[in-house]
Amino acid sequence: MTPADVTAPGPSSGPGFAPEELLAVTLARLILDPTARPARHIAVGAASPIPAAACWLVAKLGHPVRLSLLHKRSGNPFTEGTRELFDLTGQGRIDLFFLGGGQIDGQANLNLIGTGDWPGMGVRFPGSFGSAFMYPMAHRTILFREEHSPRVLVQRVAHVSAPGVSPPGVFRRGHAQALVTGKCVFAFDPVAARFTLASLHPGETVHSIRAATGFDFDAGAAPQTAPPGDAELALLRGPVCDEMAETYPEFCGRIWGRGQAA
Amino acid sequence: MAKRGAVGSAQGDAPMTPISLEAMAASVPDGALLALPPDNSLPSVALAMALIRGGARGLRLLGVPVSGFATDILIGAGCVAEVQTSAVSLGEAGFAPRFTAALKAGTITVRDATCPAIHTMLQAAEKGVPFMPLRGLIGSDILAHRPDWVVQQNPFGPLGDVIVLLPALSPEVAAFHAVMADSYGNVWLGRRRECATLAHASQRALVTVERVVEGNFLEDERLAPGTISATYIEAVAIAQRGARPAALLDEYGFDAAYVAEYASMAKTDAGFGEWMACEVFGQVRAA
Repeated sequence: MTPADVTAPGPSSGPGFAPEELLAVTLARLILDPTARPARHIAVGAASPIPAAACWLVAKLGHPVRLSLLHKRSGNPFTEGTRELFDLTGQGRIDLFFLGGGQIDGQANLNLIGTGDWPGMGVRFPGSFGSAFMYPMAHRTILFREEHSPRVLVQRVAHVSAPGVSPPGVFRRGHAQALVTGKCVFAFDPVAARFTLASLHPGETVHSIRAATGFDFDAGAAPQTAPPGDAELALLRGPVCDEMAETYPEFCGRIWGRGQAA
Repeated sequence: MAKRGAVGSAQGDAPMTPISLEAMAASVPDGALLALPPDNSLPSVALAMALIRGGARGLRLLGVPVSGFATDILIGAGCVAEVQTSAVSLGEAGFAPRFTAALKAGTITVRDATCPAIHTMLQAAEKGVPFMPLRGLIGSDILAHRPDWVVQQNPFGPLGDVIVLLPALSPEVAAFHAVMADSYGNVWLGRRRECATLAHASQRALVTVERVVEGNFLEDERLAPGTISATYIEAVAIAQRGARPAALLDEYGFDAAYVAEYASMAKTDAGFGEWMACEVFGQVRAA
């Protein structure tokens, strides 16, 4: 597909899907990447509606996956409290987790603390949540951040909440599989500690990605990010939205026009 | 303000008499290490508001393992000297405005942690051991800023296998909101067992409830697994809708509109003051 295909797809307007839907489908395809360790048990943390939508899409596509959504109010999977997520992950029972960051750098270090002097005297981010544990202890992590700008994707994070790679000998089970942003997908090589451009979202070029990215990365002939198919869109807008409405009412209302749940 | 003492009301197998919310708040000494669960895990927002009304000062808050609405309003009201937490957030309503303002103004000390480390420190206290190890963390700047967290060789592992040791943490006071208490002061909160760990680890657990019911939850196989024994509970106070705007299990949902309005108003000192006068002190809001 060429960019022209995307900018003029139909008789009315737009590509026929929301940017959030493209991102959810892109994350779902990464979850199902046949070259990665199978994701039988995926956990999703706080305030992550697009990763949650991706996981539900994988499930609704019929793949046998167990989803543990930390913030699910009814039917929450944890009966020993929120520490159970970390106990599961410590044992190696969580195949895949999602993380983001106020800053992400070229070695896949994550900063959820803030900028300026410790502890974020410039811009303060919410804090590190479980990242300092989940990142090294989950079998794989997909990094996700919608905002793709030089202030988020930096050469070197101001503070490391969770390191992208660990020195030899330090126990570590997994690394970043990929970084998905609002503009592209990067793959991560933990040996080289370096990102490679994997695909471009509609309208983007290698040049536009370089201009919006504060860290250096490798880039070959990156293809376009494949758009959502009709079946994926139908699942997102129906059964996936149904599952998410209680936990993410604002998101479901904004993207899919779903009424706010009680 | 004078140091205030304990007010045990649930003793042995004796019948439990609830205390008033304001008496419960008054029993929390200024400067206490006070552990609070976040918005998804049964916070007692009612007690936080009572602490504000009672003029609490110098509280050292512990987020179990993160912090939310109750922490932000306590900071905004000037009740807090220090926060140890893994994050402070209002969920979909965004960053916590009073926390951020106080951090910038230097009026609170912030000690950053990471969720499983807080759980582990409480679990060590629960077991009565001085420390527990936890994987991960090595390479994080959180560890670099925690001189109380120690990296040591794994005594059972190959040379060079280092692991973090975390000290036991026993909060002076834990506060959370449960669905109900029984005649004996046992409290039921279903699957939110992190509150049980918190109660086990803390020196005093103060629990607000929607209601008190007749009987003994520990004699009911269906209720007992979601019950915290009165052994661990110092006092119970009735506070209907006491978690609001946070959710309470299947009893009521998260009030997103209320928190969004708070997040908007609390961006400024004046806006927070107006919000507090109306919502905490019950003054009629100016038109």
